[in-house]
Amino acid sequence: MNLHAVRAIYGYEMARMRRTLVQSVVAPVLTTSLYFIVFGAAIGSRISEIDGIDYGAFIVPGLIMLAILTESLSNSSFAIYFPRFTGTVFELLSAPVAWYEAVLGYVGAAATKSVIIGSIILVTSNLFVDVQVEHPLLMLAFLVMTAVSFSLFGFILGVWADTWEKLSIVPALVITPLTFLGGSFYSISMLPPLFQTLSLFNPVVYLISGFRWSFYENADVPVAISLAMTVGFLVLCLAIVRWIFITGYRLRN
Amino acid sequence: MDPILKVDGLHKRFGDFEALKGVDLDIQRGEIFALLGPNGAGKTTLISIVCGITRPSGGDVRVSGYDIVSDYRQSRAIIGLVPQELPVDAFETVWDTVNFSRGLFGKANNPAHIEKVLKSLSLWDKKDSRIIDLSGGMKRRVLIAKALAHEPELLFLDEPTAGVDVELRQDMWNVVRELRESGVTIVLTTHYIEEAEEMADRVGVINHGEIILVRDKHALMQELGRKQLFIHLQSPLSAIPAALSDYELELVTDGAELCYTYDTRGERTGITGLLSLLQAEGITYNDLRTRQSSLEDIFVDLVRQ
Repeated sequence: MNLHAVRAIYGYEMARMRRTLVQSVVAPVLTTSLYFIVFGAAIGSRISEIDGIDYGAFIVPGLIMLAILTESLSNSSFAIYFPRFTGTVFELLSAPVAWYEAVLGYVGAAATKSVIIGSIILVTSNLFVDVQVEHPLLMLAFLVMTAVSFSLFGFILGVWADTWEKLSIVPALVITPLTFLGGSFYSISMLPPLFQTLSLFNPVVYLISGFRWSFYENADVPVAISLAMTVGFLVLCLAIVRWIFITGYRLRN
Repeated sequence: MDPILKVDGLHKRFGDFEALKGVDLDIQRGEIFALLGPNGAGKTTLISIVCGITRPSGGDVRVSGYDIVSDYRQSRAIIGLVPQELPVDAFETVWDTVNFSRGLFGKANNPAHIEKVLKSLSLWDKKDSRIIDLSGGMKRRVLIAKALAHEPELLFLDEPTAGVDVELRQDMWNVVRELRESGVTIVLTTHYIEEAEEMADRVGVINHGEIILVRDKHALMQELGRKQLFIHLQSPLSAIPAALSDYELELVTDGAELCYTYDTRGERTGITGLLSLLQAEGITYNDLRTRQSSLEDIFVDLVRQ
């Protein structure tokens, strides 16, 4: 195991976060706080509770998940796309680094940043509402697995994209709509039956539902299914990243 | 001694285009090897395959006996690469980016070594500068520093002086010589033939994906080089006199000079006989000069063939 390489990549990526602290941490926290204020104040005044949970507290897991998904995706996709764009990726490709070491470095750093941001949002939320976490370990497991899964997904996106436009298409046109329609701000049981059924095809529903269950023991789908879906998505992304390195897809000629 | 790099029957295809057609090449430890070739000849493809950036379509490449595919960790740890372009992370500092390279290649932090490398490349006073603030020449030095950060035994310099000014080029040549003295084997590709002539121990010429020649530089210049004697005449000639037809002569500079091409390896050059004959024919001259063909002449001849 080339631990020096893992440390170098991880440290390099975390240093980038420190250099761009406002963009990396403050901006997502501010955006999420605005969501919280707008949705919590505007809708919360009309919907006081969902399934016995205060609306303001109900949306906290969804807001954290929204930040985790978008940040994981953008951090890791940028981390690999930028060296490809500038040509500095030659150094990674010519180094004695195995695929899993590169993943540990790049994806580990992207997931760490997301977990830090998610934790900050959780702490910030307590300034607005009283947030209880019934199952802290499960909450942490969902948080970390989702951050890792979407960092892996972002890595795949960063390798696949060959223009800046493509890099932003998937987050903007796929991930954000799926997250908004995945029960971040509502329970899918509030939807008409047809839309409830359609929502079950949205993978983000399972992530948010499981995550919310770890807070309030309230879920749209059974927590075991949420957990299985999260692990399944993580394994699928890992397998694709391994395939990318083994075949050299869009990395090596 | 086993070669530090051994390439056997290396092939590379890009679709229908065959970039390398069974390249065989051995690089000896401690030498400076210049790989010459026109644009698109396959120089960068060859280097990219050895360094692991490009996958070979066939053949075998070993670095210090390690296969570049199955023993990629060992082989890549030995190699340093300075690419042709200037790909650098513009927002990093010199110190951070060079340390990053060392870690990436599996070496523990060694600030003393990084300091030595930066000082040898006159980058020490720029160590805290962001790369975006450096000149093009300085950026190229940073790339060399990054390639040397993990103490490689084999260093590839892909056109290291392309686009740099004369002064910096001389500096680069000095750096390369110092590296060789420290035991690093150097393979450099270049468009500047005088660079190879100045520094290389051996020269290889690649064209259309094939190595067409590998030879000791001095032997090559002696073997394939020609020498010419220019005789500046007091009165220009309109044609070469028939009495001189046994000599390989041509009239140049509008008849003001006779140019005699001869083989330096021959027992007799024929110069004494030619000068005697000129005197006998009453052809007087007021100056003589000789010219040795350069590596560039040899290269151009080889590539044209």
